[in-house]
Amino acid sequence: MGTYLIRRFFLMLLTLFGISVLVFTMLRVVPGNIADILFDSAGMIDSAEKGKLEKELGLDRPIAVQYVRWIGGLAHGDLGYSYVSEKPAIDEILPRIPITAKLAGLALTFAIVFGVPLGVISAVKQNSGLDYVLRVISLSGLSMPAFWLGLLILMAFVKFFGTIPIYSNAPAGFWSALGLYSVPAAAVGFRSSALVMRLTRSSMLEVLRQDYIRTARAKGASESNVNYHHALRNAVLPVVTVIGIEAAFLMGGLIVTETVFNIPGVARFLVEAIRWRDYPIVQNLVMFIAVVAVSINFLVDMLYAVLDPRIKYSG
Amino acid sequence: MGTRLVALATAILASLTIFSAQAAEPKHGGILRIYHRETPPSLSIHEEATFTVNTPAMGLFNNLVIYDQHKPQNSMGTIVPELATSWAWSSDNLKLTFKLREGVKWHDGQPFTSKDVKCTIDLLQGKGDDKFRKNPRKDLFNNISEVTTNGDFEVTLQLKRPQPSLLAMLASGYTPIYSCHVSTAQMRTHPIGTGPFKFVEFKQNESITLAKNPDYWKKGLPYLDGIEYTIIRNRATAVLAFVAGNVDMTFPTEMTAALIKDIKTQDPTAVCEIAPINVSTNLIINRESPPFNNIELRKAMALALDRKSMIDIIFQGQGDVGGTLLPPPEGVWGMPPEMLKTIPGYGDVAKNREQARAIMTKLGYGPDKPLKIKVSTRNIATYRDPAVVLIDQLKSIYIDAELDPVESSAWFAKVARNDYTVGLNLTGNGIDDPDQAFYENYACGSERNYTHYCNKELEALFDKQSVETNIEKRKKMVWDIDKKLQEDVARPILMHARSGTCWKPYVKNMTIFNNSAYNGYRYEDIWLDK
Repeated sequence: MGTYLIRRFFLMLLTLFGISVLVFTMLRVVPGNIADILFDSAGMIDSAEKGKLEKELGLDRPIAVQYVRWIGGLAHGDLGYSYVSEKPAIDEILPRIPITAKLAGLALTFAIVFGVPLGVISAVKQNSGLDYVLRVISLSGLSMPAFWLGLLILMAFVKFFGTIPIYSNAPAGFWSALGLYSVPAAAVGFRSSALVMRLTRSSMLEVLRQDYIRTARAKGASESNVNYHHALRNAVLPVVTVIGIEAAFLMGGLIVTETVFNIPGVARFLVEAIRWRDYPIVQNLVMFIAVVAVSINFLVDMLYAVLDPRIKYSG
Repeated sequence: MGTRLVALATAILASLTIFSAQAAEPKHGGILRIYHRETPPSLSIHEEATFTVNTPAMGLFNNLVIYDQHKPQNSMGTIVPELATSWAWSSDNLKLTFKLREGVKWHDGQPFTSKDVKCTIDLLQGKGDDKFRKNPRKDLFNNISEVTTNGDFEVTLQLKRPQPSLLAMLASGYTPIYSCHVSTAQMRTHPIGTGPFKFVEFKQNESITLAKNPDYWKKGLPYLDGIEYTIIRNRATAVLAFVAGNVDMTFPTEMTAALIKDIKTQDPTAVCEIAPINVSTNLIINRESPPFNNIELRKAMALALDRKSMIDIIFQGQGDVGGTLLPPPEGVWGMPPEMLKTIPGYGDVAKNREQARAIMTKLGYGPDKPLKIKVSTRNIATYRDPAVVLIDQLKSIYIDAELDPVESSAWFAKVARNDYTVGLNLTGNGIDDPDQAFYENYACGSERNYTHYCNKELEALFDKQSVETNIEKRKKMVWDIDKKLQEDVARPILMHARSGTCWKPYVKNMTIFNNSAYNGYRYEDIWLDK
């Protein structure tokens, strides 16, 4: 197990190195840099002044030098300065992580709390009226675009409550934060829960047909014991994988929800930073998202062993 | 008897109106909440060229002189003193002397003096140790040869030649006075001004917060305790936020006619105004690239334009047909309609196109042999949409055009390299004044003269109108120049856009300027009636 962990750790480092090279190169392949964008926003062309700014920001140096400088800084905890705000990148990135983490956490909770039990019910009551209703709901969750659902929710709030739950100031206190994040989290969680529900249902249907379930029933186990103890525990492995993927996605992929609900989280900030070619922000944010994704994958792998004792990791 | 009753009722109504107007005394306090359309690149007005910056930052500063914030049409006659108490031209119009206000303090407590005015002009001209990262309007101040201070409260601008419009440039929202003791880098992130509001916080993608300056030199102002700009990138969310009352006002000039209709349906109490913003949509043709080096072909393209239908399609009729300068009545310097009609391409569309087709046939093009071109433009809806309509209109004269959407960051560089044949561009004017429009866009060698149009004789006329102090005489000269520019197909103007702003009825004293979108955001005497 120890050897496996060490090997996984080095594989994680290798993956992160690959991502860092990829994001760094891709950013520089995209046309225009911060100097182009800044001058473009001022409707100017002055190449001499632009050149001066590029030199000031170190953009005139060879890509390899820029890369080594960034990675070297990263190793020392120096993320550089945002080209746009001229503040340390860490000060720009850090406050946004808890915002997205709260939103992602709530959305994931929503997805699990609704997705897993409803998936089980749908499987157990296969082809019943309730199953059909749940399948329609889950299909609509998967097919409804997030921005459309978000705007519908906002319009409904205006119509019925005369206000909308969008972010304008940092919420003060737990309940205020819960109130603010729960609506967008529900909008995101609806899609995720639909996915989790569909997967739980199909996985459960497969497990419920297994011999050991029939044996459990023959031994007189109660229906709920069979469904939730014997079947769900075995059906949950693919669901855990999807939840892991969703968790990683939610940390960096909520651009539409963050835009519609005006939440100043990681994804919206990342897109803005890309628009401005704010390299220090983009590179470090992508690396952060990559670390989260890789770590979640690792945790999911570890969770397999906990959920299924037959799975053993060895070097 | 009936007439008397009506008269009596009118008199009562009039006195009630006067009474209610008198009763509406300005109230102090409250935070004005406005949504902002995007994160500004910085808060340093001098370094930027968008009212994305002017809107939140103008309240932090003062100018020497300023356009009266409650007269919608900016003109030489509406310029009033601000940090200057008065100004005077020398008899030869080569010196402009300002007496400065005493007792004004910067937000950090330092006193304002004539040195700050000198520093600002030096910065604009690129003199001195500290420099702007970008200096988009430095050419506007080329005519100032020297700035001299006479004590702490008098400053004189020495000009190379008379230029009455210098005062207009100084009155623009783009020309605040900066301090000597604050670096240009700090001005971008934490500006210090003398204005009615102090900078509190600028969070990228989130908000910009301004607070009342309690030491503001205009006693009793500002009325507001502060202004909070919430950055909402998604316009649908922003409109809903306004309707729901999460914000008191939309971002200035951000509302289209269709959106205003929608807002008024949901909130009939909303006050909305649509006005010209002095931004023209224009056609740029690379006159150095064959076959466009042929003036006949360029003329045919100008004749193909149907400006009215373009305005109807893009702005639901909310736009104006004009030349380089914004047309009247809102525009001060635009050609009168009767003169405009005499320019080829502005009259009867069917006849114009007939003429254009004849030219094209003469040049060897026809329905079976169309001229294939690309229309390049920035890949932004405000550029792309008119380009699509333009492509459709060019079809009527055997020009088969294809849209070439250019990544925004590459647009100006592409145009500067002359790497285009036909393009569609938007040109915003900070002030409604011919000097800015002519020198910036049509002078030989000017950085923003994208089509490289160069007419030395006409440029001599630019100088002639620029020194003219008699406004009526200058207007006539300007009209002739503008007419010639259109006839030469220098940069055909497709339309002048109008757009709207909405606010809640309790936001009082709001004035929307109707010939500039860059100058009316001081907000020192805006108040909330709630």
